[in-house]
Amino acid sequence: MLGISDLSISLAYILCIASALLCLIYGIIMWNKGGGDAEEIEMAEEAKWQEKENIIDGKL
Amino acid sequence: MVVKIIMVILYLGVVGYLGFLGYKNTKTTKDYLIGGRKIHPAVMALSYGATFISTSAIIGFGGTAGVFGFSLLWLTFLNIFLGVFIAFVVFGKRTRKMGHNMEAHTFPEFLGKRYNSKFIQKFAGVVIFLFMPVYTAAVMIGASKFIEGSLNIDYNVALFFFAAIVAAYVFFGGLKGVMYSDAFQGTIMFIGMSILVIAIYSKLGGITAAHQKLTDLFSNPAIADQIKGLQGGGFQGWTALPALFSKYWWIVVSSIVMGVGIGVLAQPQLAVRFMTVKSDRELNRAIPIGGMFILMMTGVAFLVGAMSNVLFFQESGQIAVVAAKGTDGIMSLFLNNFMPEWFVSVFLVVLLAAGMSTISSQLHAVGTAVGRDLFNTEGKTEKKAMLITRLGVLIAIIFTVFLAYWLPTVWDGAIAISTGLFFGLCGAAFLPMYFAALFSKKISKVAAISGMLSGFSASMLWMMFFHSKESTVLKVCELIFGKPMLVADGVLQFVDPIFIALTLSILVTVIVAAATKSKFEDKHIEACFNGIGK
Repeated sequence: MLGISDLSISLAYILCIASALLCLIYGIIMWNKGGGDAEEIEMAEEAKWQEKENIIDGKL
Repeated sequence: MVVKIIMVILYLGVVGYLGFLGYKNTKTTKDYLIGGRKIHPAVMALSYGATFISTSAIIGFGGTAGVFGFSLLWLTFLNIFLGVFIAFVVFGKRTRKMGHNMEAHTFPEFLGKRYNSKFIQKFAGVVIFLFMPVYTAAVMIGASKFIEGSLNIDYNVALFFFAAIVAAYVFFGGLKGVMYSDAFQGTIMFIGMSILVIAIYSKLGGITAAHQKLTDLFSNPAIADQIKGLQGGGFQGWTALPALFSKYWWIVVSSIVMGVGIGVLAQPQLAVRFMTVKSDRELNRAIPIGGMFILMMTGVAFLVGAMSNVLFFQESGQIAVVAAKGTDGIMSLFLNNFMPEWFVSVFLVVLLAAGMSTISSQLHAVGTAVGRDLFNTEGKTEKKAMLITRLGVLIAIIFTVFLAYWLPTVWDGAIAISTGLFFGLCGAAFLPMYFAALFSKKISKVAAISGMLSGFSASMLWMMFFHSKESTVLKVCELIFGKPMLVADGVLQFVDPIFIALTLSILVTVIVAAATKSKFEDKHIEACFNGIGK
């Protein structure tokens, strides 16, 4: 298949493209999910985390 | 030559400008937060991709594909499916949430806080500090080999040139992790590789025709002498897997596909990225771009590396590895012989981009390992903390350059071996405990530590005494037993450390977890898992 002699290699070739497509489809379906209502709480949580991260980064 | 130098200067100028711009615009926490939320997911994903895919993947593994052929596509599949899809969906979301719950800022700190163990944090920090330079060296070798070939200068001069650029980049802002310059580098890489894959398929008459030519080359009597040695190792052509359980089969399956493909899940510089992402939505949006990006990077590099055999044969009657005198030179020779000069200039920039974006994040991981995990600089004066961290990075750079100078003289395929070594070691030591940290509320500290130590020591012992690639270089076995490896007959010497060590560390983790009781307070577990698994 596809000029490839070994079936397991043709399979790998197809799986590479299929898994990239899986990523593509998943991303499109989930594009707006995961932001959610918890945004406010997360903002506060992140601000705290980020502050510390900036301090650490600052030291670098 | 002049075109190449102009391209490089132009590129360095843009990266420098973007870095400066990003740095200037993200001064306060608030700026950073709002900026972060507004950052386009494409920028984020490209920046991920540029960090993960390095010259090591393109030059080193592309060259390896010149010998092992399309069988390396299994690695691309794992890179996309495990390295992007599973890593983001299964590991990424939990790591992000738990990391924020525990206020963890590095991978060792994440593990240390989850298991309430300073020992784990320091141990992971030491592993990163000592072994990350091996992987960084692999990236540096890849870039320097290419500069050597395309600018026609000595390898050591190229290495010095590249190391100097990278060091300057890291010290003047590279460590700030500015996403825009990463994304710019990712875009260049994407365009370069797209041109490459179209070029090689059209040169060879289309997809199926090109594959068929590669398949037919194996049975061409003109190359019978050249592949005799390879066939002894189980080689069955560039479009077939090596013979089951042969030397090459073990190398392809255990070292390359398993070692790198699975080891990627427990990469410290990858895991830490999940924690810097703002919400699950950003992870969701990064997945499609990440998946396509990896396909275009490793997928194309492996296709081109393998199919270069046909072009080399048509030109000189030699197969790729013979024409390039070793695997690490294949991609460079291919580009210089078969692609127009303007493209080689573009590709030179692609590789600089790939190398710099990866190395800066590797050195960042080393810096934080030293500054935060090994020596707790919290509470120390700003000046002292900065000094310790910078000193750590400086030592890592010197060690890396030394390795990049020395390793190519002892290993052909040094790039792929050293990348696999670091990925394998991280996978064996950290993957079971990292997985358990995210998914099990009942695992005990003892179980996590036993798994980590058994994985790490099994890896080290296997490298010193059994796996011939490392043992012949490390010479520990030679010193103690007077022979380069303990078992020289059979295929045992080709079985990769991760195959043995990861299996062992999974077993140890599971058995000890079943035998011991978790002593963590409910409060600790609840705090870690807060908001997870709803």
